[in-house]
Amino acid sequence: MADKQFGFETRSLHAGAAPDPATGARSVPIYQTTSFVFDDVDHAASLFNLQRPGFIYSRLTNPTVSVLEERIAALEGGIGATATSSGHAAQILALFPLMAPGLEVVASSKLYGGSINQMKHSYKKFGWNAVFADPDDPASFKKAVTDKTRAIFVESLANPGGIVIDLEPIARIAKDAGVPLIVDNTLATPWLCRPFEWGADMVVHSTTKYLSGNGSSVGGVVVDSGKFDWFKAKAKYPSMTAPAPEYHGLTFAETFGPLGYTVYGHAVGLRDLGPCQSPMNAWITLQGIETLAIRMERHCQNAQRVAEHLAKHKQVAWVSYAGLKDSPYFKNYRKYMPRGAGAVLTFGVKGGYEAGVKVVESVELFSHLANIGDTRSLIIHPASTTHRQLTPEQLVAAGAGPDVIRLCIGIETIDDILADLDQALAKAGAGAAPAKAAE
Amino acid sequence: MLAAMTRAAPAMSHDTYTDEFLKSTLARVRTIAVVGASANWNRPSFFVMKYLQAKGFRIVPVNPKEAGSTILGEPVYASLAEIPHPVDMVEIFRSSAEAGPIADEAARLGAKVVWMQIGVRNDEACKRAEDAGLTVVMNRCPKIEYSRLYGELSWGGFNSGVISSKRRKA
Repeated sequence: MADKQFGFETRSLHAGAAPDPATGARSVPIYQTTSFVFDDVDHAASLFNLQRPGFIYSRLTNPTVSVLEERIAALEGGIGATATSSGHAAQILALFPLMAPGLEVVASSKLYGGSINQMKHSYKKFGWNAVFADPDDPASFKKAVTDKTRAIFVESLANPGGIVIDLEPIARIAKDAGVPLIVDNTLATPWLCRPFEWGADMVVHSTTKYLSGNGSSVGGVVVDSGKFDWFKAKAKYPSMTAPAPEYHGLTFAETFGPLGYTVYGHAVGLRDLGPCQSPMNAWITLQGIETLAIRMERHCQNAQRVAEHLAKHKQVAWVSYAGLKDSPYFKNYRKYMPRGAGAVLTFGVKGGYEAGVKVVESVELFSHLANIGDTRSLIIHPASTTHRQLTPEQLVAAGAGPDVIRLCIGIETIDDILADLDQALAKAGAGAAPAKAAE
Repeated sequence: MLAAMTRAAPAMSHDTYTDEFLKSTLARVRTIAVVGASANWNRPSFFVMKYLQAKGFRIVPVNPKEAGSTILGEPVYASLAEIPHPVDMVEIFRSSAEAGPIADEAARLGAKVVWMQIGVRNDEACKRAEDAGLTVVMNRCPKIEYSRLYGELSWGGFNSGVISSKRRKA
């Protein structure tokens, strides 16, 4: 939107956050308030009628939260953003302006298990239908699109299979179908991949992960590119192109042009569904984003070292990480996220399920928990935890078979990370026969 | 409000405008004729007029159907030629084709700036106006640009592109 594009690290620190006009405070103030006073009745009317920017109530907008929104929009290269209470709330809010009962979203079959769950089961209660396509086969998205399709939804980097999706052909399919492509960019972060540069229309994040970065705050965000042509598919998207009765017949895509989708996200999405982000969580997430680039650089360096180490390890059956040359996703990684293949990887321990459980229970530095994107190294057995709601077929489809261990590599000293894995693998090996020492 | 400047350099390209160019263009303007001004309080042109008025600009609505009445307290004129006083800027809320003769009229009447709304662009009319010494902005909304450059657009979660370590006025 503006003429000058500052560098990524500069935007990570400064976008949206000039010194506080009231006090000169340099750090972003935490506006921990539910409501904001009006200057007079006309000012109030202008705000309620969406005629001028301003704050009414923190379910809609809040000055601390809006800094987070602008910050992430600036990092993704989007026009605007809507922060939400969680990544799952962001997914609902992203689809809310597009969907209605009986309509469909075509989604990748290898999304994070929680997202599959949300789409497969809870969306049905809204009358929304999720239809799944194979992220390894872009043509399968084309086949899945019908006249009821209102969006295509994929992850740029999928957990836990280490899938780097081929965004460009899928963006073309979405464009040809006249529907927006929504990309969950949580695992890649905008430092590794910017989906808008490959033709995506909206991006969603769980900010809980690398953006916040230290495992302290749950949150999400929907970012809009501002590029989708709503009026080209006017009848398909009445939320954007038809008069809104509750706003006296105002039409979002007309009155607000490229800003319309984000205005709708606040003025209808957050207003009626209610999953706003708290100012405190927004502030904590902003502290994390300040160091996103240097954290991601180290996360990826460490993950690459761990992947290479495990790939040579006698007790390891296989390693799935796009940064390894023999990964089927190596080519996509070099194309879409050349700065690094992310910090989540999976491997299978020889000895199968029992050896895997032993590794998870023997680590001392890795934390056994159900999150990703923490500064600390994490480990989990997806089949028994995060993905346990899936059927056996879905487990395999999602890259979360019974022998799979997922690592999320932190930014501890790399030698300590490798040593912890070696000692845990040695213990797992000792339980099996014959024991094999780590290399 | 904004430092007055006598003349802004013409935009180098009409695909993008620098923040400095847009700021200096708006800084030279006090009176804005709005061609295609709606009397309906819920139409985009009304939103823009109300916002610019609140920011200290004098708006002059132009709409033949509303001539003789008032919008936002200002008398409405049927055409630019009927406005009995000079205007600094002509803001065009009409189609790209209609923007041509309106821009020509703005130049004849001595306006300094022709501004075509977001979605409105007429390169031939732009060239004629620039040759006549006017500054031209096309395919932009002055409300969005003003609020983007001076901080308020950010309140809605929008990417202003503005980064500054200076304290803004409250």
